[in-house]
Amino acid sequence: MMERNNPKGWLYLLPAMLFLGVFMVYPLIDVFIYSFEQGFNFASQSYDGVGMRNYSFVLRDPYFLQAVKNTFILVIFTVPISTGLALLISVGLSSIKAVRHLYQTLYFLPYVTNTLAVGLVFMILFKKTPYTDGLANLIIGWFGAGPVDFIDGPYWAKMFVLCFYTVWVVMPFKILILTSALASVDEGYYKAAQVDGTRKIRVFTRITLPMISPTIFYLIITGFIGAFKAYSDAVALFGTDLNAAEMNTIVGYVYDMLYGSSGGYPSYASAAAIILFLIVLTITCINLLISKKHVHY
Amino acid sequence: MRILFDELTKVFTDKKRGKKESVVAVDHFSFEIPDGQLIGLLGPSGCGKSTALHLISGLHTPTSGRIYFGDEDMTDVPVEKREVGVVFQNYALYPHLSVLENIMFPLDNLEGNKRISPNEMRSRARAAAKLVQIDELESRRPKELSGGQQQRVAIARALVKQPRVLLLDEPLSNLDARLRLQTREEIRRIQKGTGVTTIFVTHDQEEAMSISDQIVVMQSGRVQQIGKPQWVYDFPANLFVAKFLGTPPINVFRGSIRGGRLFIGKDDVFAAPGLSDQEVWVGIRPEGFILDEQGPLRCTFQSLEMMGRDISVMAGHVALEGERLQALLEAGSGIPAGAAQVNFSLKPDKVHVFSRDTQVRLDWQKGGMGK
Repeated sequence: MMERNNPKGWLYLLPAMLFLGVFMVYPLIDVFIYSFEQGFNFASQSYDGVGMRNYSFVLRDPYFLQAVKNTFILVIFTVPISTGLALLISVGLSSIKAVRHLYQTLYFLPYVTNTLAVGLVFMILFKKTPYTDGLANLIIGWFGAGPVDFIDGPYWAKMFVLCFYTVWVVMPFKILILTSALASVDEGYYKAAQVDGTRKIRVFTRITLPMISPTIFYLIITGFIGAFKAYSDAVALFGTDLNAAEMNTIVGYVYDMLYGSSGGYPSYASAAAIILFLIVLTITCINLLISKKHVHY
Repeated sequence: MRILFDELTKVFTDKKRGKKESVVAVDHFSFEIPDGQLIGLLGPSGCGKSTALHLISGLHTPTSGRIYFGDEDMTDVPVEKREVGVVFQNYALYPHLSVLENIMFPLDNLEGNKRISPNEMRSRARAAAKLVQIDELESRRPKELSGGQQQRVAIARALVKQPRVLLLDEPLSNLDARLRLQTREEIRRIQKGTGVTTIFVTHDQEEAMSISDQIVVMQSGRVQQIGKPQWVYDFPANLFVAKFLGTPPINVFRGSIRGGRLFIGKDDVFAAPGLSDQEVWVGIRPEGFILDEQGPLRCTFQSLEMMGRDISVMAGHVALEGERLQALLEAGSGIPAGAAQVNFSLKPDKVHVFSRDTQVRLDWQKGGMGK
């Protein structure tokens, strides 16, 4: 018989718990403590008080506010667009037979490509240099619009490139997950619907969507979390000085506070990280509440 | 709705490593199903019975041949316009919809002038639920129901649009033995109540025999015999049908006709006037044996099983196909303890003779019942 509090069980769990404790739990607690230590001095490892001063600094820092704005715009646009597009493509992929595997490979390529290499490609597509306006501008030119500098130009253009890039990068994983979810829907439901004369669009909204709703929900949650944590994509496109480019993200801000040219402020970085954590927590809770009505397990 | 099959054939072609492989699932099906009957399509797995069913539903399109509902040629009519109700083997109830929503689903699909108001949908769905006696479960989800209840929901969903034909694919295979007995009576009751022409597929001969008006016995895509269950059992058209129907199965012997008498091995069992001399298969139903010390069929006794109502005797015979024969005798039939040999006389109407070559049934002139 199994014992509930078998000491052997705890022994088996010990290695994993040890590593989790050292590398996950302890740093989390440490960040939390750091965020309340005021006037922390890196060199002497000392601080002069405990309070909310780090938070009030961060929340008033225009760079942080810019980063929050950028991150929210990124999240609000890329999560619905990438999930929706991935769903469309997956449904398309599931309904073709002939060259399905070829398409699947093509759509999956961005997933296995290095972020910085992709960033380089996007630079070529969008960057304006003295010699060329970039491929994107060439296409815009056909429609009679003037060239736009997507990398060093106006804010909306840079934001567009960042969103475009993010959508493109996160899609393969979503397509992979969604095609397998679609494939797991029992053929019988579609046959039953067919016998009952259900229109295609209704089959999709009344049968397919509810059936794969747990998967969609999973993708939305992880999509939100992933987009809130965005950083390397912005670096790949706009270089390391994101504050100057007005393209910083919250995680970028945290990094800058730690190691950037303005760095050396672990307390501010910690406070920003905790704020990010609270934002993600709130959004995820809202997601969970909404999902209760629309997700069918 | 009368259903007519005219030389209906379905060939599946599959490309495997460049080679085309064809399987004839349904082979020149020609028969007529009268209006309002309950028909059992019966055969071993892989005999094409499900394919035949879905040729009616329209989920498969025939390779050749025609299919008619009444006088209407349905061969090229798409599934959704055929007005058939189908109960799938795994029921295919939508798990995210309640029982009532599941039943209403087909009605919600109606378009144009066929469209009915939500209230009427609800009342028609309720009526269907009542018919299959699940009206008190209407707000539950399918997974909260037992197998038998799910089956009823599936039947209600198939019936709610008032189909011209009701098709059931292995309707009882997912139920346990007790529920199966109960549900097959239920299917019979619902079918008689609604009068809808119903075709169901099964590999279980007992199931088919017990509730069908007529059974269609199939093998390798071909119809072997069609008729009332008892008639098919009493007059199997060929050796396959004889072997497929009946539990325990029929006992098959190598026999011959010589000089108007039927021989099983060397045993001269009875007169079979009207048959020419030839080699034959002889099938004897387990209930066709009579314990008789003077009986012509001399078998080596193997074992005895008491089964309450009757006793079952296992015995061997040189001309027997298979290991042993099984004879069902009335309880109280005395077998001497330690007997090495047991003799039987036979009930001629339980003995079926088939041509050795073609396996087709041979009939002799009945009446001369002599041993």
